[in-house]
Amino acid sequence: MDLTLKVWRQKDKNSPGQMVTYPVKGISPDMSFLEMMDVLNEDLLRKGEDPIAFDHDCREGICGMCSLYINGRPHGPERGTTTCQLHMRHFKDGDTITIEPWRAAAFPVHKDLVVDRSAFERIQQAGGYISVNTGGVPDANAIPIPKSIADKAFDAATCIGCGACVAACKNASAMLFVSAKVSQLAMLPQGKAERKTRVENMVAQMDIEGFGACSNTGACAAECPVGISMENINMLRSEYLYAKATSENI
Amino acid sequence: MNWFTKTFSSTVGRKIVMSVTGLFLCSFLVVHLIGNLQLFRNDGGEAFNIYSDFMAHNGIIRFMEIILVLGFLFHIYDALVLTRRNKAARPVSYANSHPEENSTWASRNMGLLGTVILVFLIVHLWNFFVPARFGGLEAVPDKDYDNLYSEIVLAFKNPIYVAIYVISMIALAYHLIHGFQSAFQTLGLDHKKYTPFIQKFGVAFSILICLGFASIPLYFFFFV
Amino acid sequence: MILDSKIPEGALAEKWDKHKFNVKLVNPANKRKYDIIVVGTGLAGASAAASFGELGYNVKAFCFQDSPRRAHSIAAQGGINAAKNYQNDGDSIFRLFYDTIKGGDYRAREANVYRLAQVSVDIIDQCVAQGVPFAREYGGLLANRSFGGAQVSRTFYARGQTGQQLLLGAYSALNRQIAYGKVKMYPRTEMLDLVMVDGKARGIVVRNLITGKIESHSAHAVVLATGGYGNVFYLSTNAMGSNATAAWRAYKKGALFANPCYTQIHPTCIPVSGDYQSKLTLMSESLRNDGRVWVPKTKETAEKLRRGEIKINDIAEQDRDYYLERKYPAFGNLVPRDVASRNAKLVCDEGRGVGASGLAVFLDFADAIRREGQPAIAAKYGNLFDMYEKITDENPYEQPMRIYPAVHYTMGGLWVDYNLMTNIPGLYAAGEANFSDHGANRLGASALMQGLADGYFVLPYTIGDYLAKMPYDKVAVDHPAFKEAEQNVIDINNRLLSIQGNRTVDDFHKALGHIMWEYCGMARNAEGLQFAKQEIRKLRDEFWRDVKVVGVNEELNITLEKANRVADFLELGELMVEDALHRNESCGGHFREEYQTPENEALRDDENFAYVAAWEFTGVGNDPVLHKEELKFENVKLTQRSYK
Repeated sequence: MDLTLKVWRQKDKNSPGQMVTYPVKGISPDMSFLEMMDVLNEDLLRKGEDPIAFDHDCREGICGMCSLYINGRPHGPERGTTTCQLHMRHFKDGDTITIEPWRAAAFPVHKDLVVDRSAFERIQQAGGYISVNTGGVPDANAIPIPKSIADKAFDAATCIGCGACVAACKNASAMLFVSAKVSQLAMLPQGKAERKTRVENMVAQMDIEGFGACSNTGACAAECPVGISMENINMLRSEYLYAKATSENI
Repeated sequence: MNWFTKTFSSTVGRKIVMSVTGLFLCSFLVVHLIGNLQLFRNDGGEAFNIYSDFMAHNGIIRFMEIILVLGFLFHIYDALVLTRRNKAARPVSYANSHPEENSTWASRNMGLLGTVILVFLIVHLWNFFVPARFGGLEAVPDKDYDNLYSEIVLAFKNPIYVAIYVISMIALAYHLIHGFQSAFQTLGLDHKKYTPFIQKFGVAFSILICLGFASIPLYFFFFV
Repeated sequence: MILDSKIPEGALAEKWDKHKFNVKLVNPANKRKYDIIVVGTGLAGASAAASFGELGYNVKAFCFQDSPRRAHSIAAQGGINAAKNYQNDGDSIFRLFYDTIKGGDYRAREANVYRLAQVSVDIIDQCVAQGVPFAREYGGLLANRSFGGAQVSRTFYARGQTGQQLLLGAYSALNRQIAYGKVKMYPRTEMLDLVMVDGKARGIVVRNLITGKIESHSAHAVVLATGGYGNVFYLSTNAMGSNATAAWRAYKKGALFANPCYTQIHPTCIPVSGDYQSKLTLMSESLRNDGRVWVPKTKETAEKLRRGEIKINDIAEQDRDYYLERKYPAFGNLVPRDVASRNAKLVCDEGRGVGASGLAVFLDFADAIRREGQPAIAAKYGNLFDMYEKITDENPYEQPMRIYPAVHYTMGGLWVDYNLMTNIPGLYAAGEANFSDHGANRLGASALMQGLADGYFVLPYTIGDYLAKMPYDKVAVDHPAFKEAEQNVIDINNRLLSIQGNRTVDDFHKALGHIMWEYCGMARNAEGLQFAKQEIRKLRDEFWRDVKVVGVNEELNITLEKANRVADFLELGELMVEDALHRNESCGGHFREEYQTPENEALRDDENFAYVAAWEFTGVGNDPVLHKEELKFENVKLTQRSYK
């Protein structure tokens, strides 16, 4: 099929960008979206033009690297799907497709469709861990964890850190991302020791990074490619309130 | 900043303030509507005028009035602070965006809805509260209370006022449909057993309250 | 050069404990005087960097992705082995050791593998303590499943996302050290050269992938945890960015490359659908627990099916050939990967393959769904089934999956001794980047085990032994050795940018992949390999004459990044062919058609080839020099592998 792409092009962080239109021809419906982009890039290269930079790596929906805002939605029109797992059979011949980078003050554009998500790293560094050194830990079966809790913690832990939640949110809020880690570790007995400091520090860092507040629109969870639920956000809030009310941190 | 102000100036904390004040304002709506239902008594406004006189002069009510004003102010102030922050969080907007695919219109337009409600509130206070509270109303003959009822009858013969009131109540309904259940989420109150009930109750509450309020101007316009 | 594996003396079970006692220690107060560079932040790199930081060393960690969490370990699906024997089904450290040695077709070092089995139990403890949400039973204890090449259930898992959960565990430990300031993280930074001073690894030269800046970093030791080189084949289950550049440039600085021809072809991947295909997607081996592999019994039926004249359900039970169950009744569908892959190729070569191309076999869940119900199957494999449906638009609950083998893992890698140190003093290799523990074939759920074993439990001991003998003095990055390496990197980039030819980098990469898959893939023969060697040389010459790289170095330049990686693949491919050509036997993932049993099984030659082939670089286009490390088997008997 033949398509018209409107793609955000931006030379680097400090340059202004604009949407540029590219026709692409002969796209197979079995191609993935990124393979379609590969085809376009090969065309551009043959013409001696700069190919479009976009983040991608595993192309199996797990690394969280790919991050395109396609036709007005993060990761495109299919729910529960990363861009790399989106296939062209979901588009029609003759379609015009707009492709933009994630938009957030906390995610500045490096180039074209590549954004800087290091804000996420700093939030994780603020407390997204359990403080155990290598070695000297108890036997894995020493602490039984009810299956229901282990499963719930796992659901939260599947976050791939792609940033679609921020991209989808009208406030560019990172609450879903932050809450996934907070609630995973708050649910597990191993994480209880640090639960208060963890939520306090991670929320503080989230605010420092310049993400917006959560308005409970639910857009983040609806667009999350791995189905992280709003329940986590609510859990973060109760953790936060509890921590603020009872922790010793002044 | 100490821990308290730090807590309530974080994005999560400010939302908690929004949530608590919002729920408080919801409770005010209930009280206000129950009082206003006196208007439907076919007694030429007697019961309503006694009620409004009580509301204007009772000491406890006067105290609650201050709390209510504070509730509004905090709700509005935090809304402004958060809106500014949220706008700043996305300085470059999308060329093509389809948020309707992932969220409800009301949830994305609480600020707009809130602004409509605020404008309404000013009009409403100017119409009724200011004269009732600070004088300017005629007294009911032979009684020691003012005739707010006749003021209402007069106002709601004006189709422009009626339209403003009805439209504002629609805005309020949408504001509440998202706001009511959202307030519980913001407080972290989320449970498989109760959340579905709260959500349904919130919708019913929002619609009933706003229908109740909207019925007053319509009643006076068409039937009195 | 004499390869000294430095395997400790003593009984197998005591070697590691003895060695841990005998290694030199660095006093806690002195650890902060040493700097360690870790390149790559997958399971091995992240766990090593975090553990070094915890011990008190100053660590610099590098990855080319935008976050350590994106390393391709994240994509591992099925699980991680550990000899916990929680299932009371007869597992033990010795059995895990034995299964791994046997699964590797007796081409791995006994001592390394035994140590791996020993520390496997600690890994599970460590991960659980970090909050990794492994699958659990209703009683709250850990669940296990079985995997290929083993008759016990020793695989721990987190649905189909075990690699993700383990990596996020290591990543969280790494983050903690970054927050403490013990680890400095350099994301979007790619290592392009190794720097040696006085014969020791003392640093690296990197390119900042955003700005293009070429920078040097100095340290007392360098750890390469940069993964495997499966992307030589262009199409593989590796991530798009997975590359061999760091390891290869170390090889060109004198590190030996061991067993490059040992490539694992994973039997259960989604088949290729067209020329545009950029990568292949794995369907976890755990699916073989419940899925039954089959093709039509006759070529005629298969042809009718391919032409669409009949439907899958039209094929009666007796006309289906469950060839793995038929040939290997003891292990059935759970034979090791190399065996499963080769058999898939065999039936497809017989014309019995399915799918439009005929290059696929069925993996059928109908029986399992009938037996356990769809919800039970969905709970076990839901995410894999969803992924399959997204890619192929076919519902695996209703019709069997189509699968075909694809390049998945490379057992070969930088040669390392028992301490995981390469032949270059101070240069270590961990995880898939080294050659050490899997022999000629890796068993499922063992890669995660090895990566974490190296990072958490081996390197933190062995690197101390080396550092304890090092002076504290640092080498400044303006040392001539650094300047020279930087200039070398700049020259290569300039050369690539100045060619301005006609063919794109991907074009060359695809061409190389095609040669490798055809002649150095699932089955190899001397004639084909000879041909491939010439073809690769031709292709490489053409690359350096006609490749098209646009833009400049001083920017985010995706073509320049790729060009560097493909340039190295074009040299590495030749070494793989060279190694495959010299190894006149079949073993594990290396199947030479000339050497097979009458039943088409791999025929080893223990007399002549029970050694590690470690190759030394002698210049591009020159034949490398072979060094042999003899493998001694004192605890297992070398037998023909049998899974019947």
